[in-house]
Amino acid sequence: MKKRLKDLTFWEKIYIPEILKGLSLTLRTMFKPKYTFEYPEEKFIPTGSYRGRPVLVMEENGKERCVACGLCSRVCPPLAIEVQAAETTDEKERYPVKFEINMIRCIFCGFCEEVCPEEAIVMSKDYEMAFSNREDALYGKDKLLTPVSELKDRIDFLRKYR
Amino acid sequence: MNILQIIGITFVKILIIFTVMMLTVSYLVYFERKISAWAQNRLGPNRVGWFGLLQPFADVFKLLLKEDIVPTHAHKKLHALAPMIALFVAFSTYAVIPFGPDIKLFGIVIPLVVADINIGVLYILALTSIGVYAITLAGWSSGSKYSLLGGVRSSAQMISYEISMGFSVGGVILLASSLRPVAIVAAQHGWMWNAVLQPIGFITFLVSSFAETNRLPFDLPEAEPELVGGYHTEYSSMKFAGFFLAEYANMIIASALIVTLYLGGWQVPLVGRLGLPAGWVELIQVAGFLFKVACLLFFFIWVRWSLPRFRYDQLMSLGWKVMFPLSLINIIWVAILIMVFKL
Repeated sequence: MKKRLKDLTFWEKIYIPEILKGLSLTLRTMFKPKYTFEYPEEKFIPTGSYRGRPVLVMEENGKERCVACGLCSRVCPPLAIEVQAAETTDEKERYPVKFEINMIRCIFCGFCEEVCPEEAIVMSKDYEMAFSNREDALYGKDKLLTPVSELKDRIDFLRKYR
Repeated sequence: MNILQIIGITFVKILIIFTVMMLTVSYLVYFERKISAWAQNRLGPNRVGWFGLLQPFADVFKLLLKEDIVPTHAHKKLHALAPMIALFVAFSTYAVIPFGPDIKLFGIVIPLVVADINIGVLYILALTSIGVYAITLAGWSSGSKYSLLGGVRSSAQMISYEISMGFSVGGVILLASSLRPVAIVAAQHGWMWNAVLQPIGFITFLVSSFAETNRLPFDLPEAEPELVGGYHTEYSSMKFAGFFLAEYANMIIASALIVTLYLGGWQVPLVGRLGLPAGWVELIQVAGFLFKVACLLFFFIWVRWSLPRFRYDQLMSLGWKVMFPLSLINIIWVAILIMVFKL
């Protein structure tokens, strides 16, 4: 009779050597280093490719890059972003008076970042955002503006891979 | 020694064994979680207390605070009785297992076994068979199809494996020519352990005791992927905790029984030749017994986190076509040992 792949050999059929193999594997694993992050004490630090909370980029002069074109708000699948534009005497002529992201709605898809012509909204490394009521979940400009130096990893990643 | 002394000493022994059992059971749960974590490159519980050592007590408090839910279609009385039977069996079986030699305290000779009865092995086999009722009744009285399937599976499995278990014990009894656990331990002096003399019987008994305690790879009665929780699907709060404790207490019983019947009980080879002072030999022997039990408990947990569950037909064919003939072969082997080698 032809030997099939699923036919077991004699040593596999008496089962005990195979059990011992399995047992030795788990025993060896017990003494290997552990992969657990002990979270509140030891935090996971993501790389630039990580899509965390979306933030607005703040230039060195303390102003946002955003020109309030509204593309992010338009592309946002769960309609989480609200932008209200106003005029300014600066070179960019327009700026957002109100820029609000509803973090209950946000799905961290990164479309806002992808569509932004000014590289003004990017995904940060922040993944710790717990809130106890709905008002706290509305992130305004005060919470969104982040200095450009803190977002270097993400901006480098975007320039290199997109 | 008058009757009051005997009653007093027995009571103290029962108290000690019960406390040690309860503590061991709670820490067995802790070690089960720890070892499972280590086998999966995790750390395991380490938040409650020092290295998570208070975790078992946190678990028990959580279970105590849970609501006790009884299904509408359940048979109320049997539903409450089943976990009690499980616990009763789990804690009363230990009475006949000796955990040390006779010691002399204040001029009284105290045997380190609660009840030195001459049908000890029979007593253990009978009580573990009652344990099946706990699971079957739990499955039947819950009024749920998953529970019922778990209970039916359990009874079929236990009956199949009890046969090979009984025949393996037969070999041990033939060699010791006694049913007294104390005499069986005494017959295994030095390196004459039954595990060495009759390895086939040892393996069949080990596998059968895995099946009897419903541990993986034989935990068909509570197979989570197909039966939700098996016989304890409809149990919550302390009733569930009863089954949970009984499972781990059964593991201790099974380990202690294997040590008594096959691994020389409290006998530690060559300890008599070291020339130690009076009390030390007995102390080492009790420690040796506890060490052997601890090793077997580790083995139980280790196997659980290494092997996958059997399919039901595989379980049955293993029980009837492999374990049963092997245990018969073991009896013939023991007969040869007695007839030819005059053991």
